[in-house]
Amino acid sequence: MSGKVRRLLDWIDARFPLSAFWEKHVAGYYVPKKLNFWYLFGFLMLLALALQVLSGIWLAMIYKPDATLLPGTQTSVALASIRHFMEHVPGGKAIRYMHTTGTSLLFALMYLHIFRGLLYGSYKKPRELLWLLGMVLFWLMMMEAFFGQVLPWGQMSYWSTQVVMHLFESIPFIGKALADFLRGDYTVSGITLNRFFALHVVAVPLMLLLLVKLHLVALHAVGSTSPDGKEIREEVDLLTGKPADGVPLLSHAMHHLIAAAVFLAIFYALVCFAPALGGYFVDELNAVPADPYSTPAELRPMWYFAPFYAMLRAVPAWGGTQIWGAITITAAVLLPALLPWLDRSPVKSIRLRGWQYRAGVIVLAGCFVGLGVAGLMPPLDFVLGLSRLLTGGYFVFLIIHFFDDRA
Amino acid sequence: MQKEPQTPQGPACDPEKRRLLLAASGLAGAGVVAGMSVPFVTTLLPPEPRTAAGAPIEVDLSVLEPGRMLSLQWNNKPLWILRRTPEMLAALQGADSRLLDPHSTASEQPAYCRNPFRSINPEVWVAEGLCTHMGCIPIFSPQRTADWAGGFVCPCHAARFDLAGRVFAGSVAPRNLTIPSHCYLSANRLRIGGAETPA
Repeated sequence: MSGKVRRLLDWIDARFPLSAFWEKHVAGYYVPKKLNFWYLFGFLMLLALALQVLSGIWLAMIYKPDATLLPGTQTSVALASIRHFMEHVPGGKAIRYMHTTGTSLLFALMYLHIFRGLLYGSYKKPRELLWLLGMVLFWLMMMEAFFGQVLPWGQMSYWSTQVVMHLFESIPFIGKALADFLRGDYTVSGITLNRFFALHVVAVPLMLLLLVKLHLVALHAVGSTSPDGKEIREEVDLLTGKPADGVPLLSHAMHHLIAAAVFLAIFYALVCFAPALGGYFVDELNAVPADPYSTPAELRPMWYFAPFYAMLRAVPAWGGTQIWGAITITAAVLLPALLPWLDRSPVKSIRLRGWQYRAGVIVLAGCFVGLGVAGLMPPLDFVLGLSRLLTGGYFVFLIIHFFDDRA
Repeated sequence: MQKEPQTPQGPACDPEKRRLLLAASGLAGAGVVAGMSVPFVTTLLPPEPRTAAGAPIEVDLSVLEPGRMLSLQWNNKPLWILRRTPEMLAALQGADSRLLDPHSTASEQPAYCRNPFRSINPEVWVAEGLCTHMGCIPIFSPQRTADWAGGFVCPCHAARFDLAGRVFAGSVAPRNLTIPSHCYLSANRLRIGGAETPA
């Protein structure tokens, strides 16, 4: 390091702990030697999140959160502003598709990241809080995606809001008043759109960034799990005082760079060549203006909500109320947060665990993916029957870990 | 002027006075926070409680052909008027065991519509077109097939209703479709909402 840079760094370090931060969290932060590709998704999510923020800022510059109709049309100012951006502004289409594709990829990375946690026991002592903070991020991401989907004020926007508000309405006694308060109106309206815009671009992103920071603080306090089940902080090299089985984070920098390059290549290819991906990334139904007097027959959820949608469709009314469906999907989203206490086995990595856990994890993931597939299919009788079976399977195999306290 | 008692470090601390100050400033702070949080709630409230239900509307039924359904907008909700054919009416009978609430005991309708047809005049059926599950608009599907006698299917979560708006058991919807109050002003003139007898 040249003298000038050294002096500048010293000047900064006397006022801000820059070198100390770098040493603690990058150069001197130790991760297991034998991390595999499952450990890349958290890093890739940071990259995808940054891209979402970037494309989101650009979209917020042109988007008008206004449900009033353009004179003589059924199109809202909101939908028209997005249409104009995509059709008449050079590069507008690319920015919009970056945001929609980014959402799908972020969810794909997140589901893989959570699955990694199941494979290698990332929720176990001492990582319970790390897992809980991650679950809060999962819930915030679902809120963020829902609010975002409302903004174009198309048919999916309107009817998904109608359904979510009715989930609250199904709560006994207070449901109607609560839904009116959340909507800000007695039916889904422009008032609802305006507040969801505020939540999508300010409130939830702020919470997301804060939670990402806390998630990383918790991670760097306890270190990563290892695929071979070894605990990074337990065995220390007596000569160096550093983790015997670990390497500094920067030793993996090349892997991270390659992963980022592959991810960005896939991302860019999708944005350029298959931005809608057959309706899975962008549903063309949402380009149809919102119509409170017509529910489209071909309504279906976004793929990342499909498992929960399938559950809602699978739970019949009982005892004069439809609350059971709402309770089921709430439980399905909240219950994984209890995994640190449901799974009592001290063994972390799936490599060292018995066939019970291996089978359990495979069936659990299978039920979840199966529900996602069922949720995107039309409501044929066998689809509804299968959804009921898979919903049961999801809960049974989530809770059953409680009884597997062997290795 | 009386002199404060002194210690080597400065004026003596009076724990009693300190506690009082803490309590007072804590209380005042809590009051300010409570007061300031009020507008954050009130601004989110719905604008004006909608006290008056939608004004009654009158509908001329003479143009409504058998088997056809009229879909109107009333009271911020879709309003349906279906003129049922004799076959449709026949299909409403004998399927009670497959229905969740065949006698409409737990559903919303005026007393004079609590019958198997859920209408005043069996032929003409009036209903609010909102699914009792999540508030989507069911799709009118009168075409008969081997296992479907005609009815409504909700596109959101596949709740199924017969042609009297009665929900099939096992569906996600907990109640039959809601019937608004209505009455006949003459044989072909229907008034929906408002008083239940012709004025």
